[in-house]
Amino acid sequence: MYRIKPAHITGIKVITHGICLGFIALFYYWGFTDQLEGDPVKILIHQMGIAALNMLLLTLALSPIAKTFRQSALIKLRRLFGLYSFAFAALHFTNYLVFDLQLDWANLFEDIIKRPYMTVGFVSIIILFALSITSPDNVKRKMKKHWQTLHNFVYLSGALGVLHYIWSVKTSVGKPLVYLIIITILLVLRKDKAKHWIKKQFKA
Amino acid sequence: MLIKKTKNSDETENNVTDESIFNDRRRIIKGLGFAGMGSLLASSQQAHALSLFGSSDEDSLFKTRELSFSKPEKYQIEEPLTPELKATRYNNFYEFGLGKDDPFENSQSFSTDPWKLVIDGAVENPITLDYDDLYSLFDIEERIYRLRCVEAWSMVIPWVGFSLNKLIAKAKPLSKAKYVSFRTVFSPKQMPGQKSRYVGGGIDYPYREGLRLDEAMHPLSFMAVGVYGKTLPPQNGAPIRLVMPWKYGFKSIKSIVRIELTEDEPKTTWSMLAPNEYGFYANVNPKVSHPRWSQAKERRITSGGLLNRSRIDTQMFNGYDEVASLYSGMDLSKYY
Repeated sequence: MYRIKPAHITGIKVITHGICLGFIALFYYWGFTDQLEGDPVKILIHQMGIAALNMLLLTLALSPIAKTFRQSALIKLRRLFGLYSFAFAALHFTNYLVFDLQLDWANLFEDIIKRPYMTVGFVSIIILFALSITSPDNVKRKMKKHWQTLHNFVYLSGALGVLHYIWSVKTSVGKPLVYLIIITILLVLRKDKAKHWIKKQFKA
Repeated sequence: MLIKKTKNSDETENNVTDESIFNDRRRIIKGLGFAGMGSLLASSQQAHALSLFGSSDEDSLFKTRELSFSKPEKYQIEEPLTPELKATRYNNFYEFGLGKDDPFENSQSFSTDPWKLVIDGAVENPITLDYDDLYSLFDIEERIYRLRCVEAWSMVIPWVGFSLNKLIAKAKPLSKAKYVSFRTVFSPKQMPGQKSRYVGGGIDYPYREGLRLDEAMHPLSFMAVGVYGKTLPPQNGAPIRLVMPWKYGFKSIKSIVRIELTEDEPKTTWSMLAPNEYGFYANVNPKVSHPRWSQAKERRITSGGLLNRSRIDTQMFNGYDEVASLYSGMDLSKYY
Protein backbone atom coordinates (compact mmCIF):
# COMPACT_ATOMS: atom_id res chain seq x y z
CA MET A 1 0.00 0.00 0.00
CA TYR A 2 1.14 3.51 -0.77
CA ARG A 3 2.42 5.45 2.21
CA ILE A 4 3.02 9.17 2.54
CA LYS A 5 6.72 9.58 3.35
CA PRO A 6 8.42 12.22 5.52
CA ALA A 7 9.77 13.89 2.37
CA HIS A 8 6.21 14.36 1.17
CA ILE A 9 5.28 15.88 4.51
CA THR A 10 8.04 18.46 4.06
CA GLY A 11 6.63 19.20 0.61
CA ILE A 12 3.11 19.63 1.98
CA LYS A 13 4.45 21.96 4.67
CA VAL A 14 6.20 24.15 2.11
CA ILE A 15 3.04 24.34 0.02
CA THR A 16 0.98 25.18 3.13
CA HIS A 17 3.30 28.06 4.00
CA GLY A 18 3.11 29.31 0.43
CA ILE A 19 -0.66 29.24 0.26
CA CYS A 20 -1.32 30.67 3.72
CA LEU A 21 1.25 33.45 3.53
CA GLY A 22 0.26 34.23 -0.06
CA PHE A 23 -3.39 34.40 0.97
CA ILE A 24 -2.59 36.83 3.79
CA ALA A 25 -0.27 38.98 1.66
CA LEU A 26 -2.74 39.26 -1.23
CA PHE A 27 -5.76 40.13 0.90
CA TYR A 28 -3.89 42.79 2.88
CA TYR A 29 -2.41 44.22 -0.32
CA TRP A 30 -5.93 44.47 -1.80
CA GLY A 31 -7.25 45.82 1.49
CA PHE A 32 -4.69 48.62 1.86
CA THR A 33 -4.94 49.63 -1.80
CA ASP A 34 -8.77 49.60 -1.80
CA GLN A 35 -9.17 46.88 -4.39
CA LEU A 36 -11.76 44.84 -2.52
CA GLU A 37 -15.33 45.25 -3.70
CA GLY A 38 -17.36 46.58 -0.80
CA ASP A 39 -16.15 47.21 2.71
CA PRO A 40 -12.48 46.15 2.91
CA VAL A 41 -12.66 45.91 6.70
CA LYS A 42 -15.62 43.55 6.75
CA ILE A 43 -14.20 41.50 3.90
CA LEU A 44 -10.83 41.01 5.66
CA ILE A 45 -12.52 40.15 8.95
CA HIS A 46 -14.69 37.61 7.16
CA GLN A 47 -11.92 36.07 5.03
CA MET A 48 -9.53 35.64 7.96
CA GLY A 49 -12.29 34.20 10.15
CA ILE A 50 -13.31 31.65 7.54
CA ALA A 51 -9.67 30.74 6.89
CA ALA A 52 -9.16 30.18 10.65
CA LEU A 53 -12.19 27.87 10.81
CA ASN A 54 -11.11 25.99 7.69
CA MET A 55 -7.62 25.38 9.05
CA LEU A 56 -9.02 24.32 12.43
CA LEU A 57 -11.47 21.84 10.92
CA LEU A 58 -8.69 20.54 8.69
CA THR A 59 -6.46 20.09 11.76
CA LEU A 60 -9.19 18.13 13.50
CA ALA A 61 -9.74 16.02 10.39
CA LEU A 62 -6.10 14.93 10.18
CA SER A 63 -6.14 12.13 12.76
CA PRO A 64 -9.36 10.46 11.54
CA ILE A 65 -7.97 10.61 7.99
CA ALA A 66 -4.59 9.27 9.10
CA LYS A 67 -6.26 6.40 10.96
CA THR A 68 -8.70 5.48 8.21
CA PHE A 69 -6.11 5.48 5.44
CA ARG A 70 -3.24 4.27 7.62
CA GLN A 71 -1.11 7.31 6.85
CA SER A 72 0.41 8.05 10.23
CA ALA A 73 2.84 10.58 8.69
CA LEU A 74 -0.05 13.01 8.27
CA ILE A 75 -0.15 13.53 12.04
CA LYS A 76 3.02 15.56 11.64
CA LEU A 77 0.98 18.27 9.93
CA ARG A 78 -1.27 18.90 12.90
CA ARG A 79 0.90 21.46 14.63
CA LEU A 80 1.51 23.53 11.51
CA PHE A 81 -2.16 23.54 10.49
CA GLY A 82 -3.19 24.39 14.05
CA LEU A 83 -0.71 27.25 14.24
CA TYR A 84 -2.02 28.69 10.98
CA SER A 85 -5.54 28.41 12.35
CA PHE A 86 -4.45 30.55 15.29
CA ALA A 87 -2.62 32.97 12.99
CA PHE A 88 -5.76 33.53 10.92
CA ALA A 89 -7.90 33.80 14.07
CA ALA A 90 -5.50 36.38 15.51
CA LEU A 91 -5.67 38.40 12.28
CA HIS A 92 -9.47 38.10 12.30
CA PHE A 93 -9.57 39.52 15.83
CA THR A 94 -6.95 42.19 15.14
CA ASN A 95 -8.83 43.36 12.04
CA TYR A 96 -11.92 43.78 14.17
CA LEU A 97 -10.14 45.65 16.96
CA VAL A 98 -7.87 47.85 14.85
CA PHE A 99 -9.78 48.55 11.64
CA ASP A 100 -13.40 48.14 12.69
CA LEU A 101 -13.48 49.36 16.30
CA GLN A 102 -10.43 51.57 15.70
CA LEU A 103 -9.04 50.58 19.11
CA ASP A 104 -12.15 51.51 21.03
CA TRP A 105 -11.32 49.16 23.94
CA ALA A 106 -14.45 49.96 25.93
CA ASN A 107 -16.53 48.87 22.97
CA LEU A 108 -14.49 45.68 22.65
CA PHE A 109 -15.04 44.70 26.29
CA GLU A 110 -18.73 45.52 26.05
CA ASP A 111 -19.02 43.33 22.94
CA ILE A 112 -17.24 40.40 24.57
CA ILE A 113 -19.34 40.59 27.72
CA LYS A 114 -22.73 41.47 26.26
CA ARG A 115 -22.85 39.67 22.96
CA PRO A 116 -22.85 35.88 23.10
CA TYR A 117 -21.41 35.42 19.61
CA MET A 118 -18.47 37.63 20.58
CA THR A 119 -18.03 35.80 23.88
CA VAL A 120 -17.81 32.36 22.31
CA GLY A 121 -15.55 33.63 19.52
CA PHE A 122 -13.21 35.22 22.02
CA VAL A 123 -13.02 32.07 24.17
CA SER A 124 -12.29 30.07 21.03
CA ILE A 125 -9.35 32.34 20.18
CA ILE A 126 -8.00 32.33 23.75
CA ILE A 127 -7.91 28.53 23.61
CA LEU A 128 -6.06 28.59 20.28
CA PHE A 129 -3.60 31.07 21.79
CA ALA A 130 -2.92 28.79 24.77
CA LEU A 131 -2.42 25.82 22.45
CA SER A 132 -0.07 27.79 20.21
CA ILE A 133 2.28 28.98 22.96
CA THR A 134 2.47 25.46 24.37
CA SER A 135 3.16 23.88 20.98
CA PRO A 136 7.01 23.77 20.98
CA ASP A 137 8.48 20.35 21.80
CA ASN A 138 10.37 21.52 24.89
CA VAL A 139 7.21 23.03 26.41
CA LYS A 140 5.37 19.82 25.62
CA ARG A 141 8.05 17.80 27.45
CA LYS A 142 7.93 20.07 30.48
CA MET A 143 4.14 19.94 30.73
CA LYS A 144 4.11 16.13 30.71
CA LYS A 145 0.56 14.74 30.97
CA HIS A 146 -0.97 18.19 31.45
CA TRP A 147 -0.12 18.96 27.84
CA GLN A 148 -2.67 16.49 26.49
CA THR A 149 -5.32 17.73 28.92
CA LEU A 150 -4.80 21.29 27.71
CA HIS A 151 -4.70 20.32 24.07
CA ASN A 152 -7.99 18.44 24.32
CA PHE A 153 -9.56 21.91 24.52
CA VAL A 154 -9.03 22.17 20.75
CA TYR A 155 -12.39 20.41 20.37
CA LEU A 156 -14.12 23.07 22.46
CA SER A 157 -12.38 25.75 20.43
CA GLY A 158 -13.64 24.22 17.18
CA ALA A 159 -17.21 23.94 18.47
CA LEU A 160 -17.22 27.53 19.77
CA GLY A 161 -15.68 28.81 16.54
CA VAL A 162 -18.49 27.29 14.49
CA LEU A 163 -21.09 28.59 16.97
CA HIS A 164 -19.57 32.08 16.65
CA TYR A 165 -19.95 31.87 12.86
CA ILE A 166 -23.56 30.69 13.06
CA TRP A 167 -24.57 33.41 15.51
CA SER A 168 -22.88 36.16 13.53
CA VAL A 169 -24.97 35.80 10.36
CA LYS A 170 -28.57 36.71 9.58
CA THR A 171 -29.57 33.22 8.52
CA SER A 172 -27.63 30.06 9.23
CA VAL A 173 -29.12 27.90 6.48
CA GLY A 174 -26.36 27.56 3.90
CA LYS A 175 -22.63 27.64 4.56
CA PRO A 176 -22.78 27.94 8.38
CA LEU A 177 -24.86 24.76 8.35
CA VAL A 178 -22.12 22.95 6.41
CA TYR A 179 -19.60 23.95 9.09
CA LEU A 180 -21.97 22.71 11.79
CA ILE A 181 -22.29 19.34 10.08
CA ILE A 182 -18.51 18.98 9.63
CA ILE A 183 -17.66 19.89 13.23
CA THR A 184 -20.39 17.55 14.49
CA ILE A 185 -18.94 14.65 12.48
CA LEU A 186 -15.42 15.46 13.71
CA LEU A 187 -16.59 15.55 17.33
CA VAL A 188 -18.71 12.40 17.07
CA LEU A 189 -15.64 10.55 15.74
CA ARG A 190 -14.02 11.34 19.12
CA LYS A 191 -16.86 10.12 21.30
CA ASP A 192 -14.94 7.06 22.58
CA LYS A 193 -11.98 9.24 23.44
CA ALA A 194 -14.28 11.64 25.31
CA LYS A 195 -15.91 8.80 27.26
CA HIS A 196 -12.52 7.42 28.17
CA TRP A 197 -11.28 10.83 29.26
CA ILE A 198 -14.36 11.52 31.42
CA LYS A 199 -14.04 8.11 33.14
CA LYS A 200 -10.40 8.81 33.87
CA GLN A 201 -11.23 12.17 35.42
CA PHE A 202 -13.74 10.56 37.79
CA LYS A 203 -11.28 7.87 38.84
CA ALA A 204 -8.54 10.36 39.61
CA MET B 1 -0.40 43.82 -12.19
CA LEU B 2 -0.62 47.53 -12.69
CA ILE B 3 0.35 49.46 -9.61
CA LYS B 4 -1.04 52.96 -9.52
CA LYS B 5 0.61 55.29 -7.04
CA THR B 6 -1.72 57.69 -5.29
CA LYS B 7 -1.27 60.27 -2.58
CA ASN B 8 -3.49 60.19 0.48
CA SER B 9 -4.66 63.69 -0.36
CA ASP B 10 -6.15 62.61 -3.68
CA GLU B 11 -9.90 62.89 -3.38
CA THR B 12 -13.04 61.06 -4.46
CA GLU B 13 -12.95 60.49 -8.25
CA ASN B 14 -9.29 59.55 -8.17
CA ASN B 15 -9.90 57.11 -5.38
CA VAL B 16 -12.48 55.20 -7.33
CA THR B 17 -10.75 52.01 -8.32
CA ASP B 18 -10.59 51.36 -12.00
CA GLU B 19 -12.82 48.49 -13.07
CA SER B 20 -9.87 46.82 -14.79
CA ILE B 21 -8.10 46.51 -11.43
CA PHE B 22 -11.12 44.81 -9.92
CA ASN B 23 -11.14 42.42 -12.84
CA ASP B 24 -7.42 41.79 -12.43
CA ARG B 25 -8.14 40.82 -8.87
CA ARG B 26 -10.80 38.40 -10.04
CA ARG B 27 -8.33 36.78 -12.41
CA ILE B 28 -5.82 36.31 -9.60
CA ILE B 29 -8.50 34.79 -7.39
CA LYS B 30 -9.37 32.42 -10.18
CA GLY B 31 -5.71 31.48 -10.45
CA LEU B 32 -5.65 30.79 -6.73
CA GLY B 33 -8.60 28.46 -7.13
CA PHE B 34 -6.64 26.25 -9.46
CA ALA B 35 -3.93 25.88 -6.85
CA GLY B 36 -6.39 23.36 -5.45
CA MET B 37 -5.56 23.66 -1.81
CA GLY B 38 -6.23 27.37 -2.06
CA SER B 39 -9.88 26.51 -1.95
CA LEU B 40 -9.43 25.18 1.57
CA LEU B 41 -8.99 28.72 2.79
CA ALA B 42 -11.56 30.02 0.46
CA SER B 43 -14.66 31.90 1.35
CA SER B 44 -17.31 32.99 -1.11
CA GLN B 45 -14.93 35.03 -3.21
CA GLN B 46 -12.72 32.04 -3.77
CA ALA B 47 -15.60 29.66 -4.21
CA HIS B 48 -16.27 31.44 -7.47
CA ALA B 49 -12.71 30.89 -8.45
CA LEU B 50 -13.58 27.25 -8.84
CA SER B 51 -16.40 27.86 -11.26
CA LEU B 52 -14.84 28.09 -14.68
CA PHE B 53 -17.57 30.13 -16.29
CA GLY B 54 -18.38 32.63 -13.55
CA SER B 55 -16.77 35.32 -15.61
CA SER B 56 -17.12 39.06 -15.15
CA ASP B 57 -15.97 39.94 -18.64
CA GLU B 58 -17.55 42.97 -20.20
CA ASP B 59 -19.75 40.95 -22.61
CA SER B 60 -21.41 38.81 -19.98
CA LEU B 61 -22.47 41.77 -17.82
CA PHE B 62 -26.12 42.79 -17.63
CA LYS B 63 -26.74 45.69 -20.01
CA THR B 64 -27.84 48.93 -18.39
CA ARG B 65 -28.62 52.17 -20.21
CA GLU B 66 -28.33 55.87 -19.43
CA LEU B 67 -31.45 57.59 -18.09
CA SER B 68 -32.40 61.25 -18.31
CA PHE B 69 -33.74 62.84 -15.17
CA SER B 70 -33.91 66.02 -13.11
CA LYS B 71 -31.83 66.66 -9.99
CA PRO B 72 -34.00 68.40 -7.41
CA GLU B 73 -31.82 70.56 -5.14
CA LYS B 74 -33.50 69.21 -2.02
CA TYR B 75 -32.17 65.70 -2.48
CA GLN B 76 -28.56 66.45 -3.38
CA ILE B 77 -26.59 65.89 -0.17
CA GLU B 78 -23.01 66.82 0.60
CA GLU B 79 -21.71 63.46 1.86
CA PRO B 80 -19.27 61.66 -0.45
CA LEU B 81 -20.88 59.01 -2.64
CA THR B 82 -20.11 55.34 -2.30
CA PRO B 83 -18.16 54.37 -5.46
CA GLU B 84 -20.41 52.72 -8.04
CA LEU B 85 -18.23 49.62 -8.14
CA LYS B 86 -18.77 49.04 -4.44
CA ALA B 87 -22.51 49.70 -4.42
CA THR B 88 -22.96 47.33 -7.35
CA ARG B 89 -20.64 44.55 -6.13
CA TYR B 90 -21.40 44.39 -2.41
CA ASN B 91 -25.07 43.52 -2.02
CA ASN B 92 -27.56 41.58 0.01
CA PHE B 93 -30.02 39.92 -2.36
CA TYR B 94 -30.46 36.40 -1.03
CA GLU B 95 -32.41 35.31 -4.11
CA PHE B 96 -28.98 35.21 -5.77
CA GLY B 97 -27.02 33.76 -2.82
CA LEU B 98 -25.89 34.75 0.68
CA GLY B 99 -22.39 36.09 -0.03
CA LYS B 100 -21.98 39.82 -0.61
CA ASP B 101 -20.63 39.23 -4.12
CA ASP B 102 -23.09 36.45 -5.01
CA PRO B 103 -25.83 38.83 -6.23
CA PHE B 104 -23.45 40.32 -8.81
CA GLU B 105 -21.92 36.98 -9.77
CA ASN B 106 -25.22 35.11 -10.18
CA SER B 107 -27.54 37.72 -11.65
CA GLN B 108 -25.98 39.01 -14.84
CA SER B 109 -28.29 37.01 -17.12
CA PHE B 110 -31.44 38.04 -15.21
CA SER B 111 -34.17 39.18 -17.58
CA THR B 112 -36.17 42.35 -16.81
CA ASP B 113 -37.91 43.02 -20.13
CA PRO B 114 -40.81 42.16 -20.36
CA TRP B 115 -41.79 43.08 -16.79
CA LYS B 116 -45.14 43.46 -15.09
CA LEU B 117 -45.80 45.47 -11.94
CA VAL B 118 -49.34 45.17 -10.60
CA ILE B 119 -50.88 47.62 -8.11
CA ASP B 120 -54.12 46.23 -6.73
CA GLY B 121 -55.99 45.30 -3.54
CA ALA B 122 -57.98 48.01 -1.78
CA VAL B 123 -57.84 50.47 -4.67
CA GLU B 124 -60.40 52.03 -6.96
CA ASN B 125 -58.21 51.78 -10.00
CA PRO B 126 -55.96 48.71 -10.17
CA ILE B 127 -53.10 49.28 -12.62
CA THR B 128 -50.45 47.24 -14.34
CA LEU B 129 -47.18 48.78 -15.44
CA ASP B 130 -45.13 47.17 -18.19
CA TYR B 131 -41.38 47.57 -18.67
CA ASP B 132 -41.57 50.85 -20.61
CA ASP B 133 -44.12 52.35 -18.19
CA LEU B 134 -41.58 52.08 -15.38
CA TYR B 135 -39.49 54.81 -17.02
CA SER B 136 -42.16 56.86 -18.72
CA LEU B 137 -45.27 57.03 -16.54
CA PHE B 138 -43.77 59.60 -14.17
CA ASP B 139 -41.07 62.26 -14.43
CA ILE B 140 -37.96 60.71 -12.99
CA GLU B 141 -35.45 62.42 -10.74
CA GLU B 142 -32.19 61.70 -8.97
CA ARG B 143 -32.05 61.56 -5.18
CA ILE B 144 -28.95 60.94 -3.12
CA TYR B 145 -29.92 58.92 -0.05
CA ARG B 146 -28.03 57.36 2.83
CA LEU B 147 -28.62 53.61 3.02
CA ARG B 148 -28.15 51.96 6.42
CA CYS B 149 -28.03 48.16 6.47
CA VAL B 150 -29.22 46.32 9.59
CA GLU B 151 -25.75 44.69 9.56
CA ALA B 152 -24.26 48.07 10.62
CA TRP B 153 -22.75 49.24 7.36
CA SER B 154 -23.95 52.12 5.23
CA MET B 155 -23.58 53.68 1.80
CA VAL B 156 -24.50 56.95 0.07
CA ILE B 157 -26.22 56.19 -3.21
CA PRO B 158 -27.67 58.29 -6.06
CA TRP B 159 -30.98 56.65 -6.96
CA VAL B 160 -33.08 57.56 -9.99
CA GLY B 161 -36.86 57.14 -9.89
CA PHE B 162 -40.08 58.66 -8.59
CA SER B 163 -42.01 59.07 -5.33
CA LEU B 164 -43.99 56.03 -4.28
CA ASN B 165 -46.93 58.30 -3.44
CA LYS B 166 -47.37 59.21 -7.14
CA LEU B 167 -47.78 55.56 -8.01
CA ILE B 168 -50.19 54.84 -5.15
CA ALA B 169 -52.23 57.97 -5.89
CA LYS B 170 -52.67 56.79 -9.47
CA ALA B 171 -54.29 53.59 -8.20
CA LYS B 172 -56.65 55.62 -5.94
CA PRO B 173 -56.59 53.82 -2.57
CA LEU B 174 -59.97 53.12 -0.94
CA SER B 175 -60.54 54.59 2.51
CA LYS B 176 -60.26 51.13 4.09
CA ALA B 177 -56.68 50.74 2.83
CA LYS B 178 -54.26 51.04 5.77
CA TYR B 179 -51.14 49.19 4.63
CA VAL B 180 -49.11 48.55 1.49
CA SER B 181 -47.63 45.14 0.80
CA PHE B 182 -44.81 44.49 -1.69
CA ARG B 183 -43.57 41.35 -3.39
CA THR B 184 -40.38 40.44 -5.23
CA VAL B 185 -40.63 38.41 -8.43
CA PHE B 186 -40.70 34.64 -7.96
CA SER B 187 -38.50 33.13 -10.64
CA PRO B 188 -36.57 30.08 -9.37
CA LYS B 189 -35.20 29.44 -12.85
CA GLN B 190 -33.32 32.73 -12.74
CA MET B 191 -32.80 32.99 -8.99
CA PRO B 192 -30.76 30.13 -7.51
CA GLY B 193 -31.69 31.16 -3.97
CA GLN B 194 -35.36 30.54 -4.69
CA LYS B 195 -34.58 27.15 -6.18
CA SER B 196 -32.50 25.84 -3.28
CA ARG B 197 -33.03 26.42 0.43
CA TYR B 198 -29.29 26.25 0.98
CA VAL B 199 -28.45 28.94 -1.53
CA GLY B 200 -31.30 31.20 -0.41
CA GLY B 201 -30.84 31.02 3.35
CA GLY B 202 -34.04 29.13 4.18
CA ILE B 203 -36.27 32.10 3.38
CA ASP B 204 -39.85 31.43 2.31
CA TYR B 205 -39.86 33.13 -1.09
CA PRO B 206 -41.13 35.32 -2.68
CA TYR B 207 -39.60 38.02 -0.50
CA ARG B 208 -42.26 40.34 0.89
CA GLU B 209 -42.22 43.69 2.61
CA GLY B 210 -44.78 46.15 3.87
CA LEU B 211 -45.38 49.73 4.99
CA ARG B 212 -48.13 51.59 6.73
CA LEU B 213 -50.02 53.65 4.12
CA ASP B 214 -48.93 56.96 5.71
CA GLU B 215 -45.29 55.82 5.56
CA ALA B 216 -45.70 54.85 1.93
CA MET B 217 -47.26 58.24 1.11
CA HIS B 218 -44.37 60.16 2.71
CA PRO B 219 -42.51 62.10 0.02
CA LEU B 220 -39.18 60.41 0.94
CA SER B 221 -40.51 56.94 0.05
CA PHE B 222 -39.02 56.29 -3.35
CA MET B 223 -39.36 53.84 -6.21
CA ALA B 224 -35.98 53.52 -7.93
CA VAL B 225 -35.62 52.42 -11.55
CA GLY B 226 -31.99 53.50 -11.80
CA VAL B 227 -28.78 54.12 -9.90
CA TYR B 228 -25.65 56.14 -10.79
CA GLY B 229 -27.53 57.64 -13.75
CA LYS B 230 -28.29 54.31 -15.42
CA THR B 231 -31.03 51.68 -15.19
CA LEU B 232 -30.67 49.36 -12.21
CA PRO B 233 -28.44 46.31 -12.58
CA PRO B 234 -30.06 43.06 -11.31
CA GLN B 235 -27.98 42.88 -8.11
CA ASN B 236 -29.44 46.25 -7.08
CA GLY B 237 -33.05 45.20 -7.75
CA ALA B 238 -33.74 45.67 -11.47
CA PRO B 239 -35.98 46.83 -12.96
CA ILE B 240 -37.77 48.54 -10.05
CA ARG B 241 -37.24 48.59 -6.29
CA LEU B 242 -38.30 50.42 -3.18
CA VAL B 243 -35.91 52.78 -1.33
CA MET B 244 -36.84 53.67 2.27
CA PRO B 245 -33.96 55.84 3.49
CA TRP B 246 -35.00 56.01 7.16
CA LYS B 247 -35.44 52.25 7.51
CA TYR B 248 -32.92 49.41 7.52
CA GLY B 249 -31.97 48.26 4.05
CA PHE B 250 -33.97 45.03 4.08
CA LYS B 251 -37.20 47.10 3.91
CA SER B 252 -36.12 48.38 0.49
CA ILE B 253 -37.46 45.40 -1.42
CA LYS B 254 -36.02 44.66 -4.86
CA SER B 255 -37.37 43.57 -8.27
CA ILE B 256 -41.00 44.26 -7.33
CA VAL B 257 -43.87 42.64 -9.25
CA ARG B 258 -46.80 43.37 -6.99
CA ILE B 259 -47.94 46.19 -4.71
CA GLU B 260 -51.13 45.42 -2.84
CA LEU B 261 -53.07 47.81 -0.60
CA THR B 262 -54.46 46.01 2.43
CA GLU B 263 -56.55 46.58 5.54
CA ASP B 264 -54.31 44.51 7.83
CA GLU B 265 -50.61 44.69 8.55
CA PRO B 266 -48.92 42.51 5.92
CA LYS B 267 -46.46 39.77 6.85
CA THR B 268 -42.86 40.66 6.03
CA THR B 269 -40.07 38.23 5.20
CA TRP B 270 -37.52 38.97 7.94
CA SER B 271 -40.05 39.34 10.74
CA MET B 272 -41.51 35.97 9.68
CA LEU B 273 -38.07 34.36 9.84
CA ALA B 274 -36.85 35.93 13.12
CA PRO B 275 -39.60 37.98 14.80
CA ASN B 276 -37.46 38.76 17.86
CA GLU B 277 -34.74 40.30 15.66
CA TYR B 278 -36.63 42.09 12.87
CA GLY B 279 -39.90 43.95 13.31
CA PHE B 280 -42.42 45.38 10.86
CA TYR B 281 -41.15 48.95 11.23
CA ALA B 282 -37.35 48.48 11.11
CA ASN B 283 -36.69 52.19 11.53
CA VAL B 284 -33.01 53.04 11.85
CA ASN B 285 -32.54 53.58 15.59
CA PRO B 286 -29.14 53.76 17.32
CA LYS B 287 -30.76 53.19 20.70
CA VAL B 288 -32.41 49.87 19.91
CA SER B 289 -29.79 47.13 19.52
CA HIS B 290 -30.21 44.15 17.30
CA PRO B 291 -30.34 41.24 19.81
CA ARG B 292 -26.92 40.11 18.57
CA TRP B 293 -25.14 43.38 17.81
CA SER B 294 -25.23 47.10 18.55
CA GLN B 295 -26.81 49.60 16.14
CA ALA B 296 -25.16 52.65 17.72
CA LYS B 297 -22.48 52.99 15.04
CA GLU B 298 -22.00 52.09 11.43
CA ARG B 299 -19.21 51.67 8.93
CA ARG B 300 -19.65 54.05 6.00
CA ILE B 301 -18.49 52.44 2.78
CA THR B 302 -16.84 55.06 0.59
CA SER B 303 -13.53 54.94 -1.19
CA GLY B 304 -10.32 54.26 0.68
CA GLY B 305 -8.84 51.01 1.91
CA LEU B 306 -8.34 49.46 5.33
CA LEU B 307 -6.98 52.62 6.92
CA ASN B 308 -9.95 54.77 6.01
CA ARG B 309 -11.52 55.79 9.31
CA SER B 310 -15.14 55.43 8.40
CA ARG B 311 -16.82 54.34 11.62
CA ILE B 312 -19.51 56.92 12.37
CA ASP B 313 -22.42 57.36 14.76
CA THR B 314 -25.76 56.09 13.49
CA GLN B 315 -28.44 58.79 13.47
CA MET B 316 -32.08 58.38 14.52
CA PHE B 317 -34.16 57.65 11.40
CA ASN B 318 -30.83 57.59 9.56
CA GLY B 319 -30.82 61.39 9.81
CA TYR B 320 -34.23 61.85 8.16
CA ASP B 321 -35.88 63.66 11.08
CA GLU B 322 -38.84 64.76 8.98
CA VAL B 323 -40.39 61.30 9.37
CA ALA B 324 -40.44 61.45 13.20
CA SER B 325 -44.05 62.70 13.29
CA LEU B 326 -45.20 59.43 11.68
CA TYR B 327 -44.29 57.66 14.90
CA SER B 328 -45.29 60.16 17.59
CA GLY B 329 -46.61 58.42 20.68
CA MET B 330 -45.22 55.03 19.62
CA ASP B 331 -42.75 53.10 21.78
CA LEU B 332 -40.04 52.48 19.17
CA SER B 333 -38.25 49.90 21.31
CA LYS B 334 -41.44 47.84 21.17
CA TYR B 335 -42.29 48.58 17.54
CA TYR B 336 -38.78 47.98 16.19
